Parts: sequence; C-alpha cells; structure tokens
Amino acid sequence: MQHLPGGLMPGSKSIVTRLILVITLSSSLIFALTLGYNYYQSRIILEKELENNARNLAMSLVNKVESELVSVSKVTEGVARSLETGRYSEQELHSLIRNTVAGNAGIYGSCVAYEPYAFSRTNRLYAPYYYRENGTIKLIRLETSYKNLPYLYWDWYQIPRELGKSEWSEPYYDEGGGNTLMSTCSVPFYEEHGGVRRLKGIVGADITLDSLTELVSSVKILKTGYAALLSRNGMILAHPLKGAIMNETFFSIAESRQEASLREIGKRMIRGESGFVFYRSLVGVRSWMYYAPILTTGWTLAVVFPESELLEHVRTLSMTMAVMGFGGILLLTIAVVSLARSITKPLRSLVAATKLMGSGNFDVELPAVISNDEVGVLTNSFRLMVTSLKEYIKNLTETTAAKERIQSELKVATDIQASLLPRLFPAFPDRPEFDIYASMDPAKEVGGDFYDFFFIDHHNLCFLIADVADKGVPAALYMMVAKTLLKSEGQRLGEPDLILSYVNNILATDNDSCMFATVFCAILDTRTGEVRFANAGHNPPLIMTSAGIQYLAVQSGFVLGPIQDIVYKTESITLQAGDTLFLYTDGVTEAKNPGEELYGESRLLHALQCAPKEELCDLIHYIRSEVRAHAHGAPQSDDVTMVALKYRGTVADA
Amino acid sequence: MIVYKGIRKAAVKYQQEVACWILLMFFAICSQPLSSLSATPLKKASLILLWSPQSQFAGYYVALEKGIYQRHGIDLTILKGGPGVSPVLALQQGDADFAVLWLTTAFGHRVNGKRLVNVAQIIQRSSMMLISKKTSGIRTINDMNGKKVGLWQGDLSIPPHTLFDKYGISVREIPQSNTVNLFLRGGIDVTSAMWYNEYHVLLNSGVDADELNTIFLQEQGMTFPEDGLYTLEKTVQKDPALVDGFVRASLEGWQYAFAHPDEALDIVIKNMRQAQVPANRTHQKWMLERMKDLTVSDKNEFGTLKPQDYEAVGKIMRNQGRIKSYPDYATFTWRSDARK
Repeated sequence: MQHLPGGLMPGSKSIVTRLILVITLSSSLIFALTLGYNYYQSRIILEKELENNARNLAMSLVNKVESELVSVSKVTEGVARSLETGRYSEQELHSLIRNTVAGNAGIYGSCVAYEPYAFSRTNRLYAPYYYRENGTIKLIRLETSYKNLPYLYWDWYQIPRELGKSEWSEPYYDEGGGNTLMSTCSVPFYEEHGGVRRLKGIVGADITLDSLTELVSSVKILKTGYAALLSRNGMILAHPLKGAIMNETFFSIAESRQEASLREIGKRMIRGESGFVFYRSLVGVRSWMYYAPILTTGWTLAVVFPESELLEHVRTLSMTMAVMGFGGILLLTIAVVSLARSITKPLRSLVAATKLMGSGNFDVELPAVISNDEVGVLTNSFRLMVTSLKEYIKNLTETTAAKERIQSELKVATDIQASLLPRLFPAFPDRPEFDIYASMDPAKEVGGDFYDFFFIDHHNLCFLIADVADKGVPAALYMMVAKTLLKSEGQRLGEPDLILSYVNNILATDNDSCMFATVFCAILDTRTGEVRFANAGHNPPLIMTSAGIQYLAVQSGFVLGPIQDIVYKTESITLQAGDTLFLYTDGVTEAKNPGEELYGESRLLHALQCAPKEELCDLIHYIRSEVRAHAHGAPQSDDVTMVALKYRGTVADA
Repeated sequence: MIVYKGIRKAAVKYQQEVACWILLMFFAICSQPLSSLSATPLKKASLILLWSPQSQFAGYYVALEKGIYQRHGIDLTILKGGPGVSPVLALQQGDADFAVLWLTTAFGHRVNGKRLVNVAQIIQRSSMMLISKKTSGIRTINDMNGKKVGLWQGDLSIPPHTLFDKYGISVREIPQSNTVNLFLRGGIDVTSAMWYNEYHVLLNSGVDADELNTIFLQEQGMTFPEDGLYTLEKTVQKDPALVDGFVRASLEGWQYAFAHPDEALDIVIKNMRQAQVPANRTHQKWMLERMKDLTVSDKNEFGTLKPQDYEAVGKIMRNQGRIKSYPDYATFTWRSDARK
C-alpha cells in the first residue's frame, strides 16, 4: 500500500481527479445555464407584468390630468359659444369672465381677447383678463399689461386664430399677464355679419403647470422611479431633473447624449403614440418606460421603472439560488469523491497486486472479488492470467531442463567424437620420416567429418580423411561406424582400394537411411615416400613440393555407402623429402561469407602458397584462420577438417 | 519708580511712532505700483445687446468675465436686450455707449439722421433662413406666393421682403413672435428662422432636418451682414481711445470664446440664468458653433465690415426705395487704424 499512490499521484490524471473535474464542471455548467435561463425568463415575465402595471399607472395618471384639462376645455368652449350667441355688455362680459374663474377651481385665469376694433370702434385692442392672486380674483387688461409684444402675437392668441380652432398652448411664462408658468386653452369665437362668419376674438383659460406637475411628481415608483410630463414639443414639464424643466427638450437631451434612439422615442411621443420601451433614462439609468399621450393637449405622460430596482427581487433570488447551487455542487463533489474512491479502491489494490506480479511474483494474493462489476471481472481475468502464466512458466522450465539435458549429452558426444580422432601431436614422435597434423571443427555439436591415421605395419602409415553427408547426430553415428570400419579394415587389408571397396560393401548393406560418405584413403611407405591412395568421391588433396603447390589429379571414385560392389582404384605418387600432402573436406572450400560467396579452391591454393610451411601445425592454423576471415562472422555451415602430412625422408636420406 | 515709569512710557511712545512710520513707508512702497497702474482710471461704458443673453453674444460676455475689457481700460456694463427693447433708442438716449445692431437697422436710422457709426462687424453674412415643412410642398421662393409666411416685425423683415420683391411675389405676411409654435402647429406655411437659433429650436422640438425645406437668404443673394458693433459719431469723436479699446476687447473676447467653447458656454449659461431666461446648453453650443461659422468665414476680415458687402446692402435698400441715399463707406465706418 505504501508505494501504491505512486501511480495515482494528484496531477497524474487519476480516475478520481477526472471524475471530480468532469462531474463538477458539467453540473456547474448545467446549473449556471439553468440559473441564467431562470433569470432571463423571470425578467421576461416581470417585463410583461410590468408593462401592464406601467400602462395602468400611466393611464390612471393620464385620466386624472385629462379630466382636469377636459373640464377646462369645456368651460372655455362654453364661454366662447355664449359669446357667439348672446350679446354682452362690457359689464356682463366682465362678470362672465370673472365667474368662469371663480366657478372653476382648475382655472387659474381667463380672458376674452378681441381682434382689432372688434370690441369697440374706438379702441383697437381689448382683452380683459381675470386671474387668481393671493386668494382673490384680479383684473388686468392685457392690451396694456403686455409690454413687449401685443397679445395679438402671443401663441395663445395667434395659433387658434390662424388655425381657426381650439388649441392648448405650449407651456409658457406669462410675463405681464398671469406671471406664472401656464398653459392656455384658447377657443376662437366668431360673429355672423351679413352671412360672413368673422373671427371676433379668442377666449382663453389658463391652468398653472404647478398643479399638474405636482400631481405627476408626487408619483413615486419603487425607490427612484418616477413619472414625467412632456409637452407637444418634447419640452420637459415635470421630471426629477429639476434643471431640465422648461429648459431641455427630450430632443436636446438626445442631442447632447448623441443618442439617435432616444430621439426616436421622443418622436414617437410627440406623434401621440404610446409604447413600452427599455432605454437609458434621462437621469442615465437603464429603465423601462411606458408613455402615453394626453390627447387634449398633445402632451406625453411617461412612467419610468429603473431596471435595477425592478429586478432586485429576481437578483436576490438568483443570488440565493447561486449560493444554494454552489453548496449543492460542493456536496456533489464530496459524493463523487467518495464514490470514486469506493470504485477505485479494489482497482488500487489490484494495481498493487499486479505491480508485484510485474516483478515476477506470481504467488501474490489478488484482492477478493466483492461485487460482479467491471473491477471484479478484471480481477478474475487477472487471476486467470496468473494461472495461465504459472502453467506456461512451469512448461517452459521443464522444456528448458530437457533441452539442457540434451545439450549436455551432446557435449559428451562431442567429447567422445573428439576423443575418437587422434588428437595428440606430434602423433609419432619416434618417427622422424614424416610429420602429420590434423584438425576438425564441427559445425554443430557433433560432426560428420573425420580423419584418421595409423600404422598398418612398421613402415606403412595409413591416413585418411572423410566426410559423411549431412551433419549432426546421424552423421556422427555414421561416422563412428565408418571410422571404426576403415580403421579395422585398413589394418587388415593394407591397400586403399581394397579398404574402400570392403568398407563400402559393409556400409551399403542395410543402408536404409541412404547415408553416404566421401573418403580419401592413402598409405604412406615411410621408407620410400611412396603414397598409395584411393578416392571415394572426396575432394582431391593438394601436394606441396619444392616445385610448387597443386591439386593432385586423382580419380574421383564413388562415395561410400549407397551402392555395393563399387571398385576403387589405387594410384600412387612418391613424395620427396619435404613434400607435403594437404587433405581437406568441402567445409573448407565451401565456407561462405555473409554474401553467400564460397571460399573456393583457388583461394585455398593461394592461401597454401602464403602459409608457413615448416610446421604443419602452423600451416593448418593459418588456413583455418584464413577460412574464418573469409566467413567474416557468417555461421559455419559445414564441418571444417584438414589433414597435412609432410614427408621428411628416411634417416639414411637425411 | 516714577522715573522708571516715565522712561517706560516714553519708550513705548517711541516704539509706537516707529511702528507708525514703518507702516506708512510700507504703504507708500506698496501703493507705488498700484497708483502707477491706476494712473488712468477705468472708463465706464455700456453695451446694449440685440436680444436677451445667449451665445449670439458670447464674445462680449466672455470678454467681460475674463477681464479683457478691464485690461483695455474699460469698466463695461452689458445691458440685456429682448422683446420691446430698442438698442438704437438706448444709444440715442445715452443709456448705452455701444450697441449690437444689424447693418440694415443702422442704415435705416442713419438715413433718419441718427449718426450711427459701425466700429466692428461680427456676423459677416446673412444667417436668416426661410423654412417650410416638406409636406407643404413649398420648395422655392416662388412656391411661397400667396402662402402664409411668418416674418419678424421691424428691421429683421427687410431681407425677406427684399427677396420677395426680387422674385415679384406677394406672400400673406403673418407677424411672428419669438417662438416656433405657430409654424409647428401649422398656423403658417413658412417661417423666418435664424440658422443659429430657431432652426435648431425646430430640430429640438422633434422635427428632423430632412422633414424641412430650408432656404438661406445669403444663397439667394441677400448678403446682409448681421450683428455689428455700433456707436454714435460723437462718442467716436469724444473718446476714440475708448472706442478702440472696446472694439479690440470685444474681438479678443470672441476669439477667446471660439478657442474655449466650454468655458464660453459656462459664462453664457451663467448670464442666462441670471437673466432668468430658459438656458439649454445643447442649444447654446449649437449657437456658438454657428456664430463661429458666421463670424470667422474669412480670417483676414475678422471684425471688419467689407466695403463690397456695405455697398451691396446700400444698393439693395436704395433700389427698394427704403433709403434714398447712403453715406460712403469711410463715413459710415470707423476704424482706429484707418484714422491713424
């Protein structure tokens, strides 16, 4: 357990970490989306509800204002009509105007202003004006009290005059008249004169803006929401921005803020439309506004709901939900951690177990399978694997042991084979007439090549080299037979051709496996240096004389073994003192290098020319090393055997 | 002890005397540069404007506020104009030393024997417009024939009258007040408007520029330079240095106002508030910008009445029969550098 966490360090992406990461992140995302959607939907619902509320609020205000204005309009209209129908003396006119003001609390002042010379032929202008001042009703004459501009050119007179219909004026400061901020309802009245209807004058009734703006300003919406009143020109009449009242229009504010959208809203207002918009209010707060026209005057009433205050509850709710959600995700994370741990606990013990297994200990106890989940299946698989592995290793061990035994047996066979060949050199230290040296390097543990030399009698030395076809154990066994036969028959028969023929017949009998061997058999007469030899399919030996080195022209003969009754022929040469015979098997000339190139007879000839010739031991070792150099690491494919015999002559000769 | 007391008294007295001397000397030294500065005390003078405070007169308010008149040795009082106030009358009655007047006005009064002299020309061209709603279908001067056209009473109606005469049309003239409501409500088909004032008031009453047809009188050949600074001939003769200082300070005030529009607007708005007239900064900003366009149209001619403009207006008014003759340019205008 101690080195277990090595593989599951935090930072390395353990299953637990990934689970926590994925589950926490995705649940957070889902939660955030839900919260956002909830906020968005709440806002929409709220907005819908708000639109209704705002419309109701605005309409109730509009109705209040409207009812006051309409009553003033009606009264003024009535005065105008009565002036058209009845004849009024100056005194009656004055009492009519006075009573109009006195009888209508909503009317601040009222006047009847006449066209030039319409009231009297002597006085050009005539305009008595009654208005309230300090609780009493006062009279002034506008034709004299308006210092700078005759009443004829004031908007309240001129506009209804030119339009020929009733008008409510833009709010104005009535300097010289009522001396207050007011709006005038003006109604033209006419007289019929010889069938021609002629304008006689204008009846005006004033309302002060104070009462209207007070009504509008008294509306409190949430904390900072408000109601506002705009004139037909977009002039601000009632608004929390006191400095803007009668100074700024909706459009001048739009211009200073460079907001085309604000101007667009203003244009819709002065066109008498109503609407519900979300905008940045004149006080610079993102708000909803419902605006509706006051039809009598063409003014606009607006109610403004600041977004932040309206959405306060939604925001609080969202915040609470966010906190709750955060707590929930925290709990979820803890749950995930414990779940992940419970899942990975058997995995971790499995990891610990398999780690030990990895180091070769297959006797580790795997954790017990508690549930049949994936981990349980995995544990069972591991258990199965361990059993299989154990079985396999056991088999392997046995096989290896068997192989080792064979190997050791082969080694013994190699030793036995080697011991069969004469290996002690100099072989005949008491015979100075000749030297003989031989070597055999088997390609496998045991080889099919062999050589032999022995005295038939005191003077005749029989020496031979042979190559059993095939290699390995079968060749070695065949070689044993052939060698034994050749030696025993050689000693008995004393002539090469007889030896080969005789041995061939023996070998050919019951040669089911069709094995065969090539043999070069020779007998040296140590007294004369004459060598008699017979060949059974073997490579021709080389003769090294003082004149040079050459292949011995020998009859090739037929190999020993396959067919009976082969007749071999004995040939002979006579060696001079110092001449050497070199016998070899095809393992020498057919040694291959990695490029599959044979060593060849010419190379052998050349090598022999270069080789040291005095000591046969050196000669053979030289050739052996040359062959090895040629092979250049390529595996030896055939046994390499060489025999060299040097004739030194008799003691008498020497 | 008595002796001691006496000595002590004397010592105190001596100390007091010394202190007095030191104080006197201090005052003498301190008042030296002051007295040399105020060697020529500030001359009192007054300027009457054509209308109530607004950016049309920003240069004078700025010059006063920034002490430019004072620097030129003048203690100036600005008298506000407005409806019912006649700057010419104020000049004549001696209520004001200088006045802002239109060239046409000055011409008219000069002919009537009032010796008015142009000492500087501020607005170099006519800024008057005739505006109609596109929906009315009135696009040209000829279209105005027989239509209700709002005109200001008095001298301000001279340029449009001249124009109508030139085209040989007769319009139904409706006297127009200082609001645009008569036009907005449809009481008149065409309204007179100043580019720097009423035109922008219309825009800020919710009418878009592309809903209006506008005709600049200047473009119709009515090259009437408007606001100029005038004084009586006798004032020039009595104190040319005062006139010179006043003109220089006024022009400097205008240059300062154009270079520092925000500060100039602050000063104008402050004066508007004091005069209790509606103050709309956006509108005053527009007005100041237009004043710059109208005043600095030609840098070399800044503040001067161009002889060719003078002659053109004189000829138009004479041809119209409004005046029989007009004085020559040199007599009508006064320039300190010209005299020197």
